[in-house]
Amino acid sequence: MTTIFGIPLQAFLGQLLVGLINGSFYAMLSLGLAIIFGMLQIINFAHGAQYMLGAFIGYLLLTYLGIGYWPALILVPVLVGLFGMVIERLAISRLYGVDPLYGLLFTFGLALLLEGVFRYYYGVSGNPYSVPALLSGGTNLGFMFLPIYRGWVVVASLIVCFGTWALIEKTRLGSYLRAATENPRLVQAFGVNVPLLLTLTYGLGSALAGLAGILAAPVYQVSPLMGSDLIIVVFAVVVVGGMGSILGAIVTGYTLGLAEGLTKVFYPEASNLVIFVIMVVVLLVRPAGLFGRDA
Amino acid sequence: MAENAPLLRVRGLNAWYGESHALHGVDLEVFRGETVTLLGRNGVGKTTTLRSIVGLIRKRTGEIAFDGNDLMHLPLHRTAHAGIGFVPEERGIFATLSVDENLVLPPVVAKGGMSVEEIFDLFPNLKERRNSQGTKLSGGEQQMLAIARMLRTGVTMLLLDEPTEGLAPVIVQRIGELLVELKARGMTILLVEQNFRFASRVADRFYLMEHGKVVGGFPVNELSSHMGELHEVLGV
Repeated sequence: MTTIFGIPLQAFLGQLLVGLINGSFYAMLSLGLAIIFGMLQIINFAHGAQYMLGAFIGYLLLTYLGIGYWPALILVPVLVGLFGMVIERLAISRLYGVDPLYGLLFTFGLALLLEGVFRYYYGVSGNPYSVPALLSGGTNLGFMFLPIYRGWVVVASLIVCFGTWALIEKTRLGSYLRAATENPRLVQAFGVNVPLLLTLTYGLGSALAGLAGILAAPVYQVSPLMGSDLIIVVFAVVVVGGMGSILGAIVTGYTLGLAEGLTKVFYPEASNLVIFVIMVVVLLVRPAGLFGRDA
Repeated sequence: MAENAPLLRVRGLNAWYGESHALHGVDLEVFRGETVTLLGRNGVGKTTTLRSIVGLIRKRTGEIAFDGNDLMHLPLHRTAHAGIGFVPEERGIFATLSVDENLVLPPVVAKGGMSVEEIFDLFPNLKERRNSQGTKLSGGEQQMLAIARMLRTGVTMLLLDEPTEGLAPVIVQRIGELLVELKARGMTILLVEQNFRFASRVADRFYLMEHGKVVGGFPVNELSSHMGELHEVLGV
């Protein structure tokens, strides 16, 4: 049997795949967080709850309306994005220009509220969401068995992450967003409706969380706690990548997912800690993060 | 050249930074096609006047009318759509945007603006560096870019805040030539300057400001007879 550092190749690659899948979710979620922080200077603690909301909306659409995975893949981000836009207009927009702590506290409260509502109605145990028929089963790659849905998650995440990166870095809308991050008042004086831009930005970040939620539903159980379990890790990813850095969030998301997977192979006891150890080291050596502006 | 009704009319403009009362009833008019310069020492309210007209300072009272439209109650992003382009003192070049992206950032608000190619003909340096990061340009090139990006938008009036500040004489001369060229193309310009020698080469009229209000004004052909007043106001 082929081994790598004494570990069977199949086990090694299996954990690498798990790491890549986790990394896909880290990347999508940290990307949304980075966009929101970069443009709005809001530390969106509700991001995990919006991810959970995405998974739950998918679950509810299927359970009560019979709307399956594929339509949900479109509907869920739209609904979560609209929810985010309403929240931004009604509440978050009132917090611009004050200490970012207020935004953090508000979104933290919102996360608790959303989680509380779903816990009240659905308890804390997970609800199953079936893998769509088209993506069920797996394929034997020769050296490992690849579940098709998990492969789809990685591909979908790569498309979404680099599509979002291209939107921000390569389009006119993206240049408005980047310029508004630097000097929103001047961009507004040029004739750009910056308040609308901020609403759309928060909606986009929320939609990304919702999309990650519906993608995650068949992989993990749909549970009110699924967001809070993940959000701290995702914040660590954003810090390592550099607060507000789009590319940093994407690259760091995948890299830390893989690092976590590899740690599970070589030293499983540290697998839950490795991301935080990396975060501490990065903060000590490069406080702005690996891709941060000051780096 | 000038029509009877001013393109920009400011009456009794007061403005505040927090509790600090910065403008005390500024009155001024700029007619279509004119280049008018606000002169005055540091801190007399020249920049505040421009920022209040654009709407960047929201705590303000008085009247600001542009082409017959009241600007006082417009949201900030609508002022540009009324036809006013603002070039701030700090130039406002965006570090995360390339020269090209900086150039096309302000939305086109009316027909009649220059095309990107026409702008590059006017500013060949910018064309050579179109893919560079905006803030990697020299100070003079950044100033050119700050003005150039407004020419695309179709605005009919430019508000320029100290465009020559900190620039080498050869660049100052180039900006002077540029303003004369823009004027020849029919652009109306309200310029804030401390460099009155530069201003005297490009302006049709001057307003003198002291203590947050306009204390005098004269056309360029009366410059020699107002030198004493000018020395007193500018301290030169």
